[in-house]
Amino acid sequence: MTGPQLSPATVAASARPPRPFSSVYAGNARSVMARGWRATRSTNSLVVLSGFVEPIFYLLSMGLGLGALIGQVQTADGTQVPYAAFIAPALLAVAAMNGAIYDSTWNVFFKMQFAKLYEGMLSTSLGPLDVALGEISLALARGLLYATGFMLVMQALGLNLSWWALLALPAVLLIAFGFASVGMAVTSYMKTFQQMDWITFVLLPMFLFSATFYPLSVYPQGIQYVIQTLPLWHGVELVRALTTGQINLGLLWHVLYYAVMIVVGLFLTTRRLKALFLN
Amino acid sequence: MPEPVIVSQNLVKRYQDFVAVDGISFEVAPGESFGLLGPNGAGKSTTMRMIGAVSTRTSGDLSVLGLDPNAYGPEIRSQLGVVPQENNLDMELKVRENLLVYGRYFGLPRARVARRADELLEFAQLADKAGAKVDDLSGGMKRRLTIARALINDPRILLLDEPTTGLDPQARHILWDRLFRLKEQGTTLLLTTHYMDEAEQLCDRLVVVDKGRIMAEGSPADLIRRYSSREVLEVRFGSTQNAEVAGRIEGYGERVDVLPDRILVYSDSGENELERMTAAGLRPITSLVRRSSLEDVFLRLTGRNLIE
Repeated sequence: MTGPQLSPATVAASARPPRPFSSVYAGNARSVMARGWRATRSTNSLVVLSGFVEPIFYLLSMGLGLGALIGQVQTADGTQVPYAAFIAPALLAVAAMNGAIYDSTWNVFFKMQFAKLYEGMLSTSLGPLDVALGEISLALARGLLYATGFMLVMQALGLNLSWWALLALPAVLLIAFGFASVGMAVTSYMKTFQQMDWITFVLLPMFLFSATFYPLSVYPQGIQYVIQTLPLWHGVELVRALTTGQINLGLLWHVLYYAVMIVVGLFLTTRRLKALFLN
Repeated sequence: MPEPVIVSQNLVKRYQDFVAVDGISFEVAPGESFGLLGPNGAGKSTTMRMIGAVSTRTSGDLSVLGLDPNAYGPEIRSQLGVVPQENNLDMELKVRENLLVYGRYFGLPRARVARRADELLEFAQLADKAGAKVDDLSGGMKRRLTIARALINDPRILLLDEPTTGLDPQARHILWDRLFRLKEQGTTLLLTTHYMDEAEQLCDRLVVVDKGRIMAEGSPADLIRRYSSREVLEVRFGSTQNAEVAGRIEGYGERVDVLPDRILVYSDSGENELERMTAAGLRPITSLVRRSSLEDVFLRLTGRNLIE
């Protein structure tokens, strides 16, 4: 819809055509992330601490407490491991999920609906993908912090059974990335607090039933298939294989699952932010 | 004649079956202070959002700094300062941090942003509040901080959407003073308002907008000359009497408007009209002779008061 030529260029930039994706991404996600650091430092430091100790409490009570009664458990490929070493990687995956979800859902919901934060960001040269990536990176950084702390506790308790466990850290980041980008995408469609409660409603059963506290094999075959479609199950299996040292090529399926989550989540978030704030 | 920085030709914004902006055309010259004046829902904010490259036009042509906002959103936004109708300051950050963080959104170097932030705090008379929480600022201070924030990237055009709505008179005057200084420094201002006095204070030129269309264009004085008179006499006879009296003063001044609560007589001399009225034996309960304002222009153009 180019009409009559309006006025000659008054900005040098008009000489060159717009970069592809320049309308959604300015390559400046770090400024959004830096804003998050500042805000966390001044307001949310207590929340950060609570997210750190929660999984450790679970590990101590269930892993060491219940574990004393249960003894050994069989992992997916048939190896026997102590109960605490069985649930510790699952709790690590759950911690990554919870951290990522907290940052990408409630935090994002508040900023979108009440603080009008993104409206301000998107009237600068930032694009929606900068905002999405910046917010998600912050969630990842927090996830990495939790995970590192938890891994140190695992190491102290002798629950890392292999050197492969070092790869659990990047794996946890992958899990957090997947949950954060899907979480933010879902949140961007939410309008009320009631709708936000649905997220909790989905997460709690997923936490309890994704082969977190016992092997998948306790379920009948039909239910096993259902559990295997859930994202947390893939995360739990991936991290558990790494910390117990049971490596096989099949693990790449879990990685692929998260890669798809990340791409779909980022795509939907960017599209939605664009529709909301740049319409 | 310098190149205009904003050119709008037949600009239209349609939402499903509602037309918010219905064919608006105007130009803004560099350094000019241009106003969009009109009641709530006239399409002012929508026009501002299209110029600010955060809303896509439905049809028509728009050029901001020589670029099409539909294709060059980020490039245009990097040259604009935006003061939205509702403050959207970052409540989780302190006053000075708001400026620092916002400057970084533009990708500007840290040192430059820090220097500029201090200058702007000074300009906005907030230097002693640098470390305060945004929540603890008064309404006028929040508004000044929002304006300071909009200036962090040294914008070529400052967009102000209802800059003083909701502020007490004193805070308004401080804000007008700051905006006037910007104008003196050569910043192009584009502002919407539904206050006539604000338009008279700040605008070199303005368009009166109603229902998405331009009703008139000119300088404030120009519009008053064309659509009003030098003075206005306002008289009240009590709500039951006004209509009856109206018949008896037909032909007074250049024009007479009967409103539910008062009668307006447009004239070069309000005093003369009042004397004539008194001589005819009419005794208004209250009478007021004032200079004609843009409010009168709006009433004349649309048949309605500006703030309903």
